[in-house]
Amino acid sequence: MDALLQQVFAGLATGGIYASVALALVMIYQATHHLNFAQGEMAMFSTYLAWSMINAGFGYWAAFFLTVSLSFVLGVVIERVIIRPVENAPVLSVVVVFIGLLVILNSVTGWIYTYTIKTFPSPFPTAPLFGNKFVSSHQIGAIGITLVVLLLLFSFFRFTPLGLAMRAAAQNPVSAKLVGIRVGWMLALGWGLAAAIGSIAGMMVAPIVFLDPNMMGGILLYAFAAALVGGVDSPGGAVFGGFLVGVLENVLGAFVIGNELKLAVALVLIIGVLVVKPSGFFGKVNVSRV
Amino acid sequence: MALLDVKNLHAAYGTTRVLHGIDFSLEEGSITALLGANGAGKTTTLRALCGMVDTQGEVSFAGSRIDGKATEDVVRLGIAHVPDGRGTFVNLSTEENLRLGAYVRKDRKGVEEDFERIYGYFPRLKERRHQQAGTLSGGEQQMLAVSRALMLRPRLLLLDEPSFGLAPLIVREIFEIMRTINRKEKTSILLVEQNAAMALDLASRAYVVETGRVVLSGSAEEIKQDEAVRRSYLGY
Repeated sequence: MDALLQQVFAGLATGGIYASVALALVMIYQATHHLNFAQGEMAMFSTYLAWSMINAGFGYWAAFFLTVSLSFVLGVVIERVIIRPVENAPVLSVVVVFIGLLVILNSVTGWIYTYTIKTFPSPFPTAPLFGNKFVSSHQIGAIGITLVVLLLLFSFFRFTPLGLAMRAAAQNPVSAKLVGIRVGWMLALGWGLAAAIGSIAGMMVAPIVFLDPNMMGGILLYAFAAALVGGVDSPGGAVFGGFLVGVLENVLGAFVIGNELKLAVALVLIIGVLVVKPSGFFGKVNVSRV
Repeated sequence: MALLDVKNLHAAYGTTRVLHGIDFSLEEGSITALLGANGAGKTTTLRALCGMVDTQGEVSFAGSRIDGKATEDVVRLGIAHVPDGRGTFVNLSTEENLRLGAYVRKDRKGVEEDFERIYGYFPRLKERRHQQAGTLSGGEQQMLAVSRALMLRPRLLLLDEPSFGLAPLIVREIFEIMRTINRKEKTSILLVEQNAAMALDLASRAYVVETGRVVLSGSAEEIKQDEAVRRSYLGY
């Protein structure tokens, strides 16, 4: 029983990270109907930035917030400079651009920082909270931060004019322009937010998996599974999917199929969802009367 | 001086040319109608005014040129467009749709007042303000489209076929409200319609468009009397 609980908590912690990456994927998907294959590498690159700052003597939280802001700016720049020109290109061209971005970020990081695995600090105490034996402080902290990010995002989209404008631009760009929304900038903003969320996920996962240029490969796959399970156009679904995939992966990996086949869980889920229920658990089925 | 002055306006979708030099003008505070059959270029004319298609020619609004401007910037000058197909944000609530209409306005107090003003014109929208806009009926969505445009407090309102696909009673209601808004709030209206009889009752001036050109213009009364218009568009 204890072992099971332990796996469930560990699953929730990594699930929170999958949820964040899935959320970043969903944000860009909603706005552009493209899956950003470079999302993981963007997060990885951001995490290296944080590592550099911490090594340069910044405090953890200073580095954390600086990295989030810097990632936001980088996300905006990537959209403006790289994605904008292929905005109306066929979907395969866009996919190739995403994959190119993935490879470039991966190699550039390897070139700058080498492929040697590095440790990355956790902001949370090393002793487990309240002396419990199930879950480490970092795991609880990672779950907490995921939930805070989710709440902030939800409030932003639900209650601010800019959030409303971003939803409008994603949904109906033509009408959005007709009410004066600068749709191009809303897309760039979406990329910025996605990059910022991704950077948080990167910094939360790095203490667990250690920092190396390939650290996000598997995570991106789990995040894809999470986004699909939840419904690829549903932010809430992505978070639900993230936690679900995290727990499933851990529990199945520990007790049923063994660690070697863990990644297969993600792939089985992806195929399963696409075959059985392509809209996912919370994917929107639009109601409209004509 | 006219509020809107259009000279020799050409427009094309890709290589297909649709407008071949349209000329018309609209006086401040007036309702002007563009009449014509399907495919004559009425909708394209409205789109051209808002920078939604590639154009050549001159468009002046309140004395300054607006041709070549981006749609978002035209809106900021106070031109609100009710597009054909209504352009509803179907997944957002009625209230969010209206709020978006006032997106470029900075006077928050005025915006809140305008919610009440518009709910006064269209009480049905108030009842449905938390409902997802895609679930509204066609008539309600048309009311919403007009209201969203009014939330801008526009100087010029562009209406594209507000009667399309609606029951005659609802059309009459919407047209009555357009008349009230024009009289009470001095909003100028450019109306594109296939329902020529109703449009000519509402408008003071009209232009008849055929295959991308203005073929006839005059006061609404004159146009109504015109033999060809009567036969082709009024059907008697």
